[in-house]
Amino acid sequence: MPVIEVQGLTKVFGKNTREALKLLEDGKSKEEILNKTGCTVAVNNASFSVKKGEFFVIMGLSGSGKSTLVRLINRLIEPTKGKIEIEGKDISNLEKKDLREVRRQKLSMVFQRFALFPHRTVLENAEFGLEIQKMDKEERRKKAIEALKLVGLGDYLEQYPDQLSGGMQQRVGLARALTNDPEVLLMDEAFSALDPLIRKDMQDELIDLQAKMEKTIIFITHDLDEALRLGDRIALMRDGAIVQIGTPEEILVKPANDYVEKFVEDVDRSKVLTAKHVMKRPETVNIDRHGPRVALERMRSEGISSILVVDSKRHLQGYVTADDVLEARRAGENSLQGILRTDIQQVEKDVSMNDIFNMIHDTKIPIAVVENGRLVGVLVRGAVIAGLASEGEVNGDAIESEVN
Amino acid sequence: MAMLLNQKLINLIFMPEIPKIPLAEWTDWLTKKITRTFSFVFDPLKDNFDPFMKWVAKLLIAVPPVILIIIIAILAFFVTGRRIWLSIFTIVGLWLIHNQGYWDHLINTFTLVLISSLLSVVIGVPIGILMSKSRFAEAVITPILDFMQTMPAFVYLIPAVAFFGIGMVPGVFASLIFATPPTVRFTNLGIRQVSTELVEASESFGSTSWQKLFKVELPMAKATIMAGINQTVMLALSMVVIASMIGAPGLGREVLSALQRAQAGTGFVAGIGIVILAIIIDRLTQSMNKKKEQH
Repeated sequence: MPVIEVQGLTKVFGKNTREALKLLEDGKSKEEILNKTGCTVAVNNASFSVKKGEFFVIMGLSGSGKSTLVRLINRLIEPTKGKIEIEGKDISNLEKKDLREVRRQKLSMVFQRFALFPHRTVLENAEFGLEIQKMDKEERRKKAIEALKLVGLGDYLEQYPDQLSGGMQQRVGLARALTNDPEVLLMDEAFSALDPLIRKDMQDELIDLQAKMEKTIIFITHDLDEALRLGDRIALMRDGAIVQIGTPEEILVKPANDYVEKFVEDVDRSKVLTAKHVMKRPETVNIDRHGPRVALERMRSEGISSILVVDSKRHLQGYVTADDVLEARRAGENSLQGILRTDIQQVEKDVSMNDIFNMIHDTKIPIAVVENGRLVGVLVRGAVIAGLASEGEVNGDAIESEVN
Repeated sequence: MAMLLNQKLINLIFMPEIPKIPLAEWTDWLTKKITRTFSFVFDPLKDNFDPFMKWVAKLLIAVPPVILIIIIAILAFFVTGRRIWLSIFTIVGLWLIHNQGYWDHLINTFTLVLISSLLSVVIGVPIGILMSKSRFAEAVITPILDFMQTMPAFVYLIPAVAFFGIGMVPGVFASLIFATPPTVRFTNLGIRQVSTELVEASESFGSTSWQKLFKVELPMAKATIMAGINQTVMLALSMVVIASMIGAPGLGREVLSALQRAQAGTGFVAGIGIVILAIIIDRLTQSMNKKKEQH
């Protein structure tokens, strides 16, 4: 049984919601409805279900309705239409009192700008959820301290939020949500306000935490890279509607090509970005100087399964795979010449992302980026897709090893 | 002839001859009506409240001035974050008032300010909370507050006398009307300024409305509310001085009698006493606010 089941959830902001709903059912667009009724359609007929222990990411650009959608789930925003079931129980029509119970027992939320109470210490923040349930002070302290230790803040109990860095503040936010021991964590762009390095640490820790605690997590983000790293499944939103739900792999590979392009049309990054924006520094061996041992050592230290081969002038010769190199070493070969493969695709560094995307879609081997015949970079599938969708930060580490 | 006709026409259009509306008479009638109808409320209020305030004043006067001055100076020292200047000012200022023979008047004024400010806060904060929670309440109450604050303060003295006679109680009544609005306004403002994410956080964990109010909104709005209370206290002080015209005791009465006898010197000295009191109260309440702001 799914922990959360959402059916036909719709939110229309404005006065004349009834007429707007009717127009929406007739298939009118967001703009038409806004012009005719003055109402804004924030979430349009969203349906999905989340299994227990699943990491479910809802991703979309700003204005796509994802933050509204997550607030509909715990009814911080009242749905205009639709059903929300939590563990089989419909909460969309609950009385205030029963809704409070659901919020206390089942759902906890983590906010984009942390939303810590500045007049309370770290510990008092973490125990807030239990405090309002009127739990005994000692007991709730114990649970709050446990949660704070879990996120690595056991030594900061008496500090105030403004004495902590952004990353630590969000740990407090996470601990506050965990203290309640909820069924479901709702995380609204929880890491978006953090700088990229800290964001990555937090992502890793969240993955660890989830593996340990087996919480169901609904995570909102605008960053495809983040979605790919975290999600068991990803729902992509556009103009308030969910356009696709699938595993990261399905999102990247299957439906993909024209769909991802369509998704990217909104930003139109593909026309601006070229190969040199998303390429990575290539790992290479020199065919004139290096043999199988060096090649193997390089691959081992970088954690990759194939490596590009150049000559002394950095002209691309081809690539070798780990299996072949291992074989050659056993055979006592001293040169890479015999195992060199040359079926590698090359692009100039000014080639647009649209063209690259078509090339990279069905290749397993990285594409080499060359300038006047010299190797300057390498394109891996993850980095290309992340570059298309994310804002500025280009990084495909998460799936690089798999592609390599 | 034609011009005369014209003039009449213009008068007819722009100044139709409506007899004077008896607004003043209506107000008189209403005041009398209220006085009579609610005398069962006003009279016991007056009979009990007046002795109570006199008792408070007497109690404070009974304390030896030196001890009171030292207590206030120490309070000032700690409230300002262990800075010595307000304490020194307090000692010198209060000593000067005592030296001029105005100590009892000072205590009377202080008692009036204290009690009317306390009442203003007790009444004002809940009204402010109500305003912050309901747009309708805000729409209704805001113009009333505007009215209360712009009407010349003297005007309140007249019905105050009708309701409560003369003395301390009508002074408190007039001061309430005049000095409560800032507390109401700032409470409303402070709560409305609490960031939506904090309110959402509180709600998402299943707070009741009261829990949200007392655990999040009021603590977050505290600094703003305190700023309003500071203004209320200052307005109460100014009103208490005016209230001497209807028999409220204190420094204001000295100023008034100096005015009536054209004694510039006496008036000035009593006035200085009010200024000293105002500065001490203002700095004390402001520092309390700053201290709280830190955490």
